[in-house]
Amino acid sequence: MKKFKENLSERIFLLIALSALSVLALITVFIFIHGLPIITKVGIFNFVFGMKWAPSQGAYGIFPMIVGSVSVTLGAAILGVPVAICCSIFLTEFAPSMLRNIFRPAIQLLAGIPSVVFGFWGVLYIVPLIRNYLGGPGLSILAGSIILAIMILPTIISISEVSLLALPQQYREGAFALGLTHWQTIYYLLLPAAKSGIVAAIILGLGRAIGETMAVIMVLGNAVAIPQSILDPARTLTTNIGIEMGYATGEHQQALFATGIVLFIIIMILNASAQYITRKK
Amino acid sequence: MRPTIVNLKAKNRKIGVLRVIFLLLTVSLMTACSRTTGTGIILAGSTSVQPYAEILAEEYMILYPDAEIDIQGGGSAAGITAAQSGTADIGMSSRALKTEEKSLWFVEIARDGLAVIVNPDNPVQNLTLNQLRDIYATAITDWSPMGGSTAKIHVITREEGSGTRSAFTELVMGKTEINPKAIVQDSNGAVLQLVKDDPNAIGYISLGLVNENVRALHLEGVAATRENVLNGSYNLTRPFLFVASSQPTGIAKQFIDFTISPQGQTILSSEGLIPPTEGTTK
Repeated sequence: MKKFKENLSERIFLLIALSALSVLALITVFIFIHGLPIITKVGIFNFVFGMKWAPSQGAYGIFPMIVGSVSVTLGAAILGVPVAICCSIFLTEFAPSMLRNIFRPAIQLLAGIPSVVFGFWGVLYIVPLIRNYLGGPGLSILAGSIILAIMILPTIISISEVSLLALPQQYREGAFALGLTHWQTIYYLLLPAAKSGIVAAIILGLGRAIGETMAVIMVLGNAVAIPQSILDPARTLTTNIGIEMGYATGEHQQALFATGIVLFIIIMILNASAQYITRKK
Repeated sequence: MRPTIVNLKAKNRKIGVLRVIFLLLTVSLMTACSRTTGTGIILAGSTSVQPYAEILAEEYMILYPDAEIDIQGGGSAAGITAAQSGTADIGMSSRALKTEEKSLWFVEIARDGLAVIVNPDNPVQNLTLNQLRDIYATAITDWSPMGGSTAKIHVITREEGSGTRSAFTELVMGKTEINPKAIVQDSNGAVLQLVKDDPNAIGYISLGLVNENVRALHLEGVAATRENVLNGSYNLTRPFLFVASSQPTGIAKQFIDFTISPQGQTILSSEGLIPPTEGTTK
């Protein structure tokens, strides 16, 4: 009887786990079924490297949006990664436990703020600041990068903090015994030892940035042209789907699904490389 | 160990309650779905017409509580397709029908003006249609030739597929294309908000939505007002259409009759729309 119960619960858990997986499979199949016809019709090269996006005239080129996605994500990395890594070093090495107990929940809270709130805040405060002090329309790559940099902080901080905490205490003791200062220990020993975890954290953070939609629609300006400077508006792959899906029918809709395929592949590559790096050690 | 077991029991009960709620939701959803197919009609299409259709439907359902009117968005193109295929009883369009769509039955329920708006701090008062086209094609990039300050124009447009954009393209741009460098926003409200905040921005929205935070430009010397749309001197206007595959019957006909009745028209004009021009029913 007991054996039977054990077996049964095992099966049930397997079934539930499979259902989660099958949802992923269904979504993947669905995206590809809807998106592939237009890619084969336009040609994969013309779709990915085409410069003109005008669905009403049958032009489906998403290269400006790929450039948009990459530049906003890169901007977010430049602004967000140093802050996040310093923050995780501070939390693991320097912060007294009282401060740590305030910081950790605060950062988790940051992860829980809905993206539309970030976007709204960006439109009302960041965009006018940029317009008044740096020029341009304000809706820009810079505005998007600032918002995304804040949004990826929790991901990067918590994962790199975990990988720093996972280092054996003997590393620190040995370094101190050899006469290294605290900073030397961090810089020459702990950071290199936790490198793979930190790099994975950054990649996962970038994956979050490249997939973010709502906040970016609101502050990026959504122009379908290759930006000339960080003060120019741009459109990312996600915002292309988000902004046009309401009206899209037929081929236009297929082209949005095809945009989803490209996004899907980029995020798969990012996640796979994060996994590869953490496993390699 | 004891407390955990108690906790688990409480959790089980919670899950039980959740299950009941879920079941109730499913049942109510199913009944809701089956009802709309019975005595109800479906309207689908332009998101510019949608808010007005919702107000009309509310009033209509006060008069006829039995009728169920389901209103969906999707854009003018989707609305016309839905009417053709019969997925919707009535399609809503915020642009005139194209020649290949002329076989459909349609009625013009109202007209809507397009206003070109700028920030109240912008000294420019008037644009010619040519200047407006050049601004959107970015042949003019600075406010100074029109008498404004020497500042770069921040051009704001709507997204591909929007009825407002296609009306603007048709009425102003003609064969010229809107420059892809223009900022794209996905609603009238977002355009309004940007122009309100940016002294160098220019955008276009539905005339009924212009408020004191922005200023509507004169076009070719004509002010963008309801009166000028009515007397025909301001011609940046577009029709709001109800479309159907054939002469409507039953509730669909009743709802359309209500819309074009004096009572329906009063509702529409109090919401800022303009009465249709004569002889536009087919």
